[in-house]
Amino acid sequence: MAEPAKQDSNQVVDQGLEVGAQNLSADRIEKVINQVLKGEGGARLKAYVDTCIHCGLCSEACHYYLSHDKDPRYSPVGKVKQTLWEMLKNKGRVSARFIQSASAIASTECNACKRCAMYCPFGIDIAYLMLTVRRICHLLGVTPLYIQDTAHSHAATMNQMWVKDDEWPDTLQWQEEEAQAEIPDLRIPLEKEGADIMYSVIGPEPKFQAQLIYQAAVIMNVAGVDWTMPATPGWDNSDMAMYTGDNEIMGRVKRAHFETAARLRVKRIVMGECGHAFRSVYDMGNRWLGWRMPPIPIVHAIDFYHELIQEGRIKVAKKFESPVTLHDPCNVIRGGGLADKARYVVNAICDELIEMHPNREHNYCCGAGGGVINCGPPYKNTRMQGNRVKAEQLFAAKSRGAKVLIAPCHNCHSGLEDINHHYGLGYEIKFISDILYEVMEKQV
Amino acid sequence: MHSLYNFVSGPLAWLAFIVFVGGSLFRLITLFTLIHKKERFIYTYFSLKYSLRSIVHWITPFASVNMRRHPFFTIVTFAFHICLVLTPLLLLAHVTLIDESWNLSWWSLSESAAIAMTLIVIACCIFFLVRRLISPEVQYVTAASDYWILAIVAAPFITGLLAYYQWFDYQTMVILHILSGEIMLVAIPFTRLSHMLFAPLTRAYMGSEFGGIRHARDW
Repeated sequence: MAEPAKQDSNQVVDQGLEVGAQNLSADRIEKVINQVLKGEGGARLKAYVDTCIHCGLCSEACHYYLSHDKDPRYSPVGKVKQTLWEMLKNKGRVSARFIQSASAIASTECNACKRCAMYCPFGIDIAYLMLTVRRICHLLGVTPLYIQDTAHSHAATMNQMWVKDDEWPDTLQWQEEEAQAEIPDLRIPLEKEGADIMYSVIGPEPKFQAQLIYQAAVIMNVAGVDWTMPATPGWDNSDMAMYTGDNEIMGRVKRAHFETAARLRVKRIVMGECGHAFRSVYDMGNRWLGWRMPPIPIVHAIDFYHELIQEGRIKVAKKFESPVTLHDPCNVIRGGGLADKARYVVNAICDELIEMHPNREHNYCCGAGGGVINCGPPYKNTRMQGNRVKAEQLFAAKSRGAKVLIAPCHNCHSGLEDINHHYGLGYEIKFISDILYEVMEKQV
Repeated sequence: MHSLYNFVSGPLAWLAFIVFVGGSLFRLITLFTLIHKKERFIYTYFSLKYSLRSIVHWITPFASVNMRRHPFFTIVTFAFHICLVLTPLLLLAHVTLIDESWNLSWWSLSESAAIAMTLIVIACCIFFLVRRLISPEVQYVTAASDYWILAIVAAPFITGLLAYYQWFDYQTMVILHILSGEIMLVAIPFTRLSHMLFAPLTRAYMGSEFGGIRHARDW
């Protein structure tokens, strides 16, 4: 069973936090907090803390706050109060239990979706403050166990899912063979130097969603794209280290990714339908490595499908009939401005798009992103109870006729599956590529 | 009494203005030094166009989603900030004082307008106080300093009004009025009233990030 019968979300037991907190000493806590707040933190941290006038206007931006019947502990500023303000007020002299609780709040009760940044009159980036708390907890070794495991995987294998070096090309060749049953001359070109595009995916795709690679290969082949995938580590664009506050590993992973693309001398990197990976290659990882913008242009799947459809390289045989609604993932909509392109693509491949409200930049978070779903089963109830408002939003769209929910992001997809199931919404949830693959003309 | 009046309206006033201007400069210079030292990337993302786009949206009543969600609060906060800044600058008594000292004067408010605006500031302060006390999400994040800040802001207006109507001892009230005004000036750079200095900067940064990088609205 995915969920315990007894709903008691306050009793989460997480070995990563428990054992981590047991290993702490007061001196170490003080040293690390001050190292981050004074050493690493700069003008933004100072200005944000000094400027906040404690007005509480960010509250209604947060799905946790709304879902918990406006419990102030779940408001964005309420979470800052329970974590960063205490650390600052006590100049780092806080207890191990406090760190444990701060880590749980920052890692599992904030999706770092930055919706609150649009509601604060001063534009204070509260997600940044929460990520700063995660950074402190990471350096103290108090990070939820499951996501820490994925960060370890990044460090050891350069991918999120412990995919071994030979397992990767093996999976690609397996999907190539599968797809050849449908399109006999289909190829997944490996290590093709000088190709126009390197296609990169997240670790979970080869691990348990290999059909997405199949679909991408069909789309690439039908559209006649000059593309390649690397056969070496560096193929994974995902990044959970970014969310644990392990910036050093984030940097290594992003460097491997960009250097692989540089080695293959591609012009652009096209990535699958993933939100956090987009954030890590377009926003956070590149900055850590010192690039203002990605050194090799990054094209998110939504953007790429838009290009293929607009240029007529993919033609739609028969539009998808079932009415759909579209979830706007924070990292590519609020973080990448792809709202219009997503609608262009969906309208091109589907008969009817029924908008959910609020939408675009103001859409409610899936509740899974920001690494929260990666904190694993112990926090499933935290996510379900913390995002009732999403269920209500989806239910409203369903009552207006939507039957299929399009979620063009891996984290959103998985998180919405859980919400769909938990609240009994009865949606079928799809990626854009699921539908695009289904409706496109496949004669090459 | 006269010597006290002369002191608060003379040397102390000078001191207050010097601390206000000097302190504000100090805070801004410290912040920019910090940016220069640690977060120079902020300059590379800065965009004047998107900074202004963001600032204009947030200084225009009802131009953001959150303002429309809280129409009453929006009206209160705009009325409060406008009256808070304009009343002391355009008050006839203040303009006259400056005229007498430096032979420098400008347009001033009618008496009834000044009284109305002062009352608006006081009423808004009462609203903010009540909101802090009864609204759970505000109460939860309220510290003692929030009440102090509110008191510091309200005091010059309350004492000013009392002095105008000469309800208590006029001279004492005028001295308290001047003193509370000076406290507010000094408090601006060194309390969270410094949002007067910093809010345009945080707004500009967020505006630049949302406009230039994220290609999304931030209102």
